[in-house]
Amino acid sequence: MKIIVCAKQVPDTNEVKIDPVKGTLIRDGVPSILNPDDANALEAALQIKDANPDTKVSIISMGPPQAHYMLRECLAMGADEAFLINGRVFSGADTCATSTTIAGGIQAIGDYDIIFAGRQAIDGDTAQVGPQIAQRLGLPVVTYVQGIREIKDGSIVVERQMEDGYEVIEVQTPCVLTCVKELNEPRYMSIKGILEAYDTPIKEFLTPEEIGLVADQCGLKASPTQVLRSFAPAPKGKGRMLEGTVVEMAKELVSSLQEKHIV
Amino acid sequence: MAIVINKEACKGCTKCVKVCPFDAITMVEKKAVIGAGCTSCGSCLDVCPFGAISKIEDRVGGVDISLYHDVWVFAEQREGKLMNVAIELLGEGRKLASQIGCRLCAIVCGSGISDLPAELIAYGADVVYVADAPELANYTTDAYTKTIYEAIDQYKPEICLLGATHIGRDLGPCLAVRCNTGLTADCTSLEIDPHTKGILQTRPAFGGNLMATIGCPNHRPQMSTVRPGVMEKALRDESRTGEVIALKPSFAEGDIRQKVLEIVKNVTETVSLNDADVIVAGGAGLGAAEGFELLKKLASRLGGTIAASRAAVDSGWIDHAYQVGQTGTTVKPKLYIACGISGAIQHLAGMQRSGLIVAINKNEDAPIFEVADYGIVGDLYQVIPAMLEALG
Repeated sequence: MKIIVCAKQVPDTNEVKIDPVKGTLIRDGVPSILNPDDANALEAALQIKDANPDTKVSIISMGPPQAHYMLRECLAMGADEAFLINGRVFSGADTCATSTTIAGGIQAIGDYDIIFAGRQAIDGDTAQVGPQIAQRLGLPVVTYVQGIREIKDGSIVVERQMEDGYEVIEVQTPCVLTCVKELNEPRYMSIKGILEAYDTPIKEFLTPEEIGLVADQCGLKASPTQVLRSFAPAPKGKGRMLEGTVVEMAKELVSSLQEKHIV
Repeated sequence: MAIVINKEACKGCTKCVKVCPFDAITMVEKKAVIGAGCTSCGSCLDVCPFGAISKIEDRVGGVDISLYHDVWVFAEQREGKLMNVAIELLGEGRKLASQIGCRLCAIVCGSGISDLPAELIAYGADVVYVADAPELANYTTDAYTKTIYEAIDQYKPEICLLGATHIGRDLGPCLAVRCNTGLTADCTSLEIDPHTKGILQTRPAFGGNLMATIGCPNHRPQMSTVRPGVMEKALRDESRTGEVIALKPSFAEGDIRQKVLEIVKNVTETVSLNDADVIVAGGAGLGAAEGFELLKKLASRLGGTIAASRAAVDSGWIDHAYQVGQTGTTVKPKLYIACGISGAIQHLAGMQRSGLIVAINKNEDAPIFEVADYGIVGDLYQVIPAMLEALG
């Protein structure tokens, strides 16, 4: 079986802080990580490989050269090969253009039975690129996959997470599945994997032509949406800190709420 | 748009480097260079003291936007019942439609849903497009995408709004690619540009650390998803009238490649954080799952419900359905009491629009106090019993 996993290197948004004076992001020391949902996507692929050792797992990513670190991490976890789409021409892409590029990269890699992606990346939280890749490739998609029940010949049975439960869905293969964190517990890199990862060359696609596209289909140029303005969220004014003993504070709070007819 | 640097004017002051939210500007030989991470957000334009940075139009493609009219709302239903978010979108859609001066339309898919058009009209739809077919009884990506794409292609709406539910976030991206247009996810505010009549979509990025306003000038429809609970519900008025247009979806062998075998509902009580007037939320400071019992006492005394931060959910103390924040539910109750929640930006993103916020935390430096109307530094296990006492 051939599996392709889409991965993204993201800033760890849990570590991002706002400069309280200037209202801008403090980026110093914010680590770049493998997007958490993508780690679940890779783990899903690796579990299939564990059960069927002749499975080949390929990773594809779009991003700057620094993404090599993330791709080596994926290799060290157990992926067989890694591809990076990298170049100024691809930059500034919104989800619509990104999906065109990644779909091009996937076609350049070739054969696949299942394409896994994370549900969403923590820097954008859009959850769009996975299903959009499926549309570009003409493949069926199931998003929010929280369980894989059975891999059959020509189809796969998965659980799709809903707000109030889940659905059991049988989907034809090849297909795209986007994964949520409830699907599995991503493995750690192995020592052997880390050693081997550094000997595995990362293949790069540097031009649109290498992935069957032209420059006008890539990056900012091909993005229907435009960021018109970005700004730090307006801080809500700080209110009043109550003082005194616990009983005094509780009484004051309750009477304030009662005065405002909230309770 | 692309950001360009005028090398002659750039003096290498690095102000733009510091302000760039995407770390996309570097200094090469004391001149700013725009790197691959640039999204053309424009943050650098205003800070340059030398006017050396500008935005240029270099997009390709697009459609004849004059062919597109009306605001559409995807009226999501499950088991024949409209989702609340559909009513919220009709409320918001009405505002947009009156600013543009166009009609507000709803599109609804399902099977045996003949009573829904009247309901959608009562909530403000001027036109309801109905696709009623057995294949549409349960949501599948392929069936809904095909049906709605064909309707968009035929009737050409200028704006399409979808709820950011697990269904809307599946359907929206697929439709956007079919229409080759842009989709802005999880918008928290929508406005119409008075000059261009185009939509201005504001959404949080970087886990709520940054807000971005996004437009879609040359492609149609302009598509947005909006999280449930963010917009005001439309008011119901049975006296409204509207037009109902039946769509005629047809499916050939192989058109629908997903098959729903089973729908499993969580047996736990359903959580409706969106509808609650009072929410008492607990975080890591609870220390144990049992802490929620105390919160429940306070919540029921105040006629509200309990909720949780991600830390409490990740600790396994409470189900994910109770989670408030970026990856949970967005809420805006009249009263939000945060107990033992430090106030990570992802949590704040989900609750800071609440009417009144009370924070109880042992750590006086906890960021939650920055958004609180009333702050109490103390042990919640002492403060909450004292509050219950004071409430009588």
